[in-house]
Amino acid sequence: MACKGYLKEVTKGIIKENPVLTLVLGTCPTLAVTTTASNAIGMGLAATIVLIGSNAVVSALRNVIPDKVRIPAYITIIATFVTIVQMIVKAFAPAIDESLGIFLPLIVVNCIILGRAEMFASKNPVVPSMLDGLGMGIGFTAALLLMGSIRELLGAGTWFGMEIIPALNIVIFLLPPGGFFVFGMLIALANKLNGGKTAKNAGGCAACPMKGNCTVLGKGDKLDD
Amino acid sequence: MIKGLVAVFLAAILTENYVLAKFLGICPFLGVSKKLNTAVGMSAAVTFVMVLSTAVTYPIYMYLLVPAGLDYLQTIVFILVIAGLVQLVEIVLKKYIPALYNSLGIYLPLITTNCAVLGVTMLVIEKSGEGYGFGHALINAFGAGIGFLLAMVMFAGVRGRLETADIPKSLKGLPITLVAASLVSLSFLGFAGLVDNMLGLG
Repeated sequence: MACKGYLKEVTKGIIKENPVLTLVLGTCPTLAVTTTASNAIGMGLAATIVLIGSNAVVSALRNVIPDKVRIPAYITIIATFVTIVQMIVKAFAPAIDESLGIFLPLIVVNCIILGRAEMFASKNPVVPSMLDGLGMGIGFTAALLLMGSIRELLGAGTWFGMEIIPALNIVIFLLPPGGFFVFGMLIALANKLNGGKTAKNAGGCAACPMKGNCTVLGKGDKLDD
Repeated sequence: MIKGLVAVFLAAILTENYVLAKFLGICPFLGVSKKLNTAVGMSAAVTFVMVLSTAVTYPIYMYLLVPAGLDYLQTIVFILVIAGLVQLVEIVLKKYIPALYNSLGIYLPLITTNCAVLGVTMLVIEKSGEGYGFGHALINAFGAGIGFLLAMVMFAGVRGRLETADIPKSLKGLPITLVAASLVSLSFLGFAGLVDNMLGLG
């Protein structure tokens, strides 16, 4: 029974509450680093490690951190893990570091990570929090990989650098407009498959600092936090 | 010297637009661009914080972290400086310039987690070196803010048109907004090479 519960924490992040496609969090790296599938995997893995680590520490310290300074405290914890990951990537995978560039340190301000700290880890014990981080990380990686694969395939005709369809060479998919377009189409697809429930699943919004002014959600949708 | 500064300024606004070419600050771009006045208010606050935080983080990095061999602490220090600065600006504005606080205040807390601000402070460090000093960094931060404003204002206009358009059900809301953003960013691709050619630097 307990085992089943743990499994649920992991799987919910992959499909039902996919952070990118249904909660629409972490849009900046989703658009910026998905020009190739291998970049997408690198970014996804780095964010997953940070998510698991920061969720674990935030959860372990949840009774110690005063409520008023919790956001700065979470940011410091997250920044620590980002720095560790940054150093590891620089040392062992310099090519990934090169292609992710500024977006590797910018994991600090990725709303997925702060969102999970605020929404889940600050209210749950350590093990479920780590599993939640793992699930969300896998969901993030999967969404990035999907986008990266589509853009690389259409834009360069390759996948992970291997030539698949040499005739395809629609460079616009590798440029910023292609990123916006593919992301828009994927969310539309997720909308269709979910029966239009996407925007109403506002679980991520409660943690977003912009919820008061945000107009991403349609007029009829309420924030249920 | 002046030419270089102008080039940095124009490049930050047009060719290297932080939102449409670098994908930084997408959340506020999509979230707060529906009405023109909120778009302008948000952009003004972002510009202000960008310049201010660059003015603080650049010297901290160059004269404190690098000499002490602590440059790997860049990420932690920068995000904490930005978070602290935003808080400080909010308190100061509230106390001394309430009129400005009333128009910008609500946007300030949102800015800590705006990746464009952290992005600007880190990118100017990356670019710094021969012929790119503190002045260039500040101009770049200011230009990035103006570029953000330009993108927000243009996009608010586009979204105004979307309000009355008949959109397929699955595309309603965010998807059509992203497709519109794609077209706006396509138009910014047209600026490629413009700055260098204009100033005869190419």
